[in-house]
Amino acid sequence: MSQYAIRTEHLSRAFGALRAVEDLTLEVPAGILFGFLGPNGAGKTTTIRLLLGLLPPTAGTAFVLGYDVRTQANAIRARCGALLEHAGLYERLSAADNLEFFGRVARLPRDERQARIRQLLTDLGLWERRGEPVVTWSRGMKQKLAIARALLHRPDLLFLDEPTAGLDAVSAAALREDLVRLARQEGITIFLTTHNLSEAERLCQQVAVIREGRLLAVGSPEALRRQRRAPVHLVTSGLTPAVLEGLRATFGVEVIQSGEADGHWAVNLGPQQSVAPLVAYLVQHGVAVEEVRREHVSLEEVFLSLVQENEHAE
Amino acid sequence: MLNDVYTMIWKEWRELFTSRAVGRGTLLSTLIILGILGVFLPLQVGAEWFTQPLTLMVWAWMPIFLTLGMVTDSFAGERERHTLETLLATRLPDAAILLGKVLAAVLYGWGVAVLSLLLAALTLNLSLGGGPRFYTPPFFATALGFSLLSTGLFAGLGVLASLRAATARQAYQRLSLILLVFYFLPFGVQFLPADWRLTILGALMRLDLTSVMAGVMGALLVFNLAVLSLCFRRFQRARLLLD
Repeated sequence: MSQYAIRTEHLSRAFGALRAVEDLTLEVPAGILFGFLGPNGAGKTTTIRLLLGLLPPTAGTAFVLGYDVRTQANAIRARCGALLEHAGLYERLSAADNLEFFGRVARLPRDERQARIRQLLTDLGLWERRGEPVVTWSRGMKQKLAIARALLHRPDLLFLDEPTAGLDAVSAAALREDLVRLARQEGITIFLTTHNLSEAERLCQQVAVIREGRLLAVGSPEALRRQRRAPVHLVTSGLTPAVLEGLRATFGVEVIQSGEADGHWAVNLGPQQSVAPLVAYLVQHGVAVEEVRREHVSLEEVFLSLVQENEHAE
Repeated sequence: MLNDVYTMIWKEWRELFTSRAVGRGTLLSTLIILGILGVFLPLQVGAEWFTQPLTLMVWAWMPIFLTLGMVTDSFAGERERHTLETLLATRLPDAAILLGKVLAAVLYGWGVAVLSLLLAALTLNLSLGGGPRFYTPPFFATALGFSLLSTGLFAGLGVLASLRAATARQAYQRLSLILLVFYFLPFGVQFLPADWRLTILGALMRLDLTSVMAGVMGALLVFNLAVLSLCFRRFQRARLLLD
């Protein structure tokens, strides 16, 4: 398999005047959990449909596991698992029958199919209830079963479209845990779309942010956080206007909270700027520094600022 | 390919026969049809059941009604229950999905028709006594062929309606309208001018039954192929997702 599980170049899909995906160029390395983030209507589901060859692109190219989405869609679908917007389970059938059907679809030999069904249902704590019609199950159980279905044929790449949407916090956490465990166990690449940013931050090695079909940023959550300005909180005494001006001139800081009254200043440093030189500068200029704290920028804040920047740019 | 078609049939039948929600209804309606066609009607008609093709032909397409719900649910139902996209995202080829859906209904409907014919023969043999009686081979073959082709035609029309409908209910309504047209077509003849009716009747009287049946079967075969080709043209994954 190539180094990349997914490679797209200028991939676009329009529905009439609406550009659902526009000029998307993306590389997803094999073997990682990749988060595809965006607000509702950003083009996440359309991207998955394009990558599975369910929709033809209007422009650009995409290769999934080395196969062209335009001409080799069947090969892609044979090697990928998918949990799409809905669980997609046959609720009148039992869990075992659902997996039996998808195992037959994947052409797993009978013995291997039976063993795999047993293994996955046992792993997910569903084996005892395998004979019950799925319609009687809770949403969390259905999502687990849908994940078992997607993993049944040991795919190289798994597409998960908002897998924890609509689940309560406990079920979502349990599902996340199962997902990570199974992904590690199976050693597969996961392409996860979500608008739950804390989920993406916890699970994903790399994320991409998309809005209105356009890619805004891509990288590891840590790298994206580093690119953002993180406020630094300083508790000082003796910080004069002249020293402050020096800080602005030397480090390009922006004061976001004045500490003239209580000595508590909050300043924004430029992306990837270290705090140490700033503290050294203050000490050199006779300022007593009592506390320095760099605020943690969450992926959610990164995401929101990216979206806001994009809105302003328009 | 055949394996994939069989897999689809397996799934359709599994939903139809074994699910608690649908299975009992399926069993009951199958038993009712078998009771009417395999016991009640043969007893009414008597020994002529084996020799009167028109009686048999009129009833031979009854099992079509068993498949109506199944075919109209085939795609529209999957869309409504949000399983269609997952099915389309599998490695199953288009032809396997489509043929699997059509054949699951045809084999069920036709299977009931064949069982009815056999049950009718058994019923009459038991009730009339005497030597064993059965349909003549050409008569039996015609009955089987007619039943297969008529079930195939309506299964194809049902799947076509289902491919185009937003809901299974909408597909069912559309197919019911088509069925009504077929059902009431013979009654429409009485509204034709009297000389037209005489001409048609004269033409029919001059034809022998074998020619009529051959013509009907030929026409059914052509319609079957036409409807199936329309289904294939209509079955596009992208279109099914976006409709």
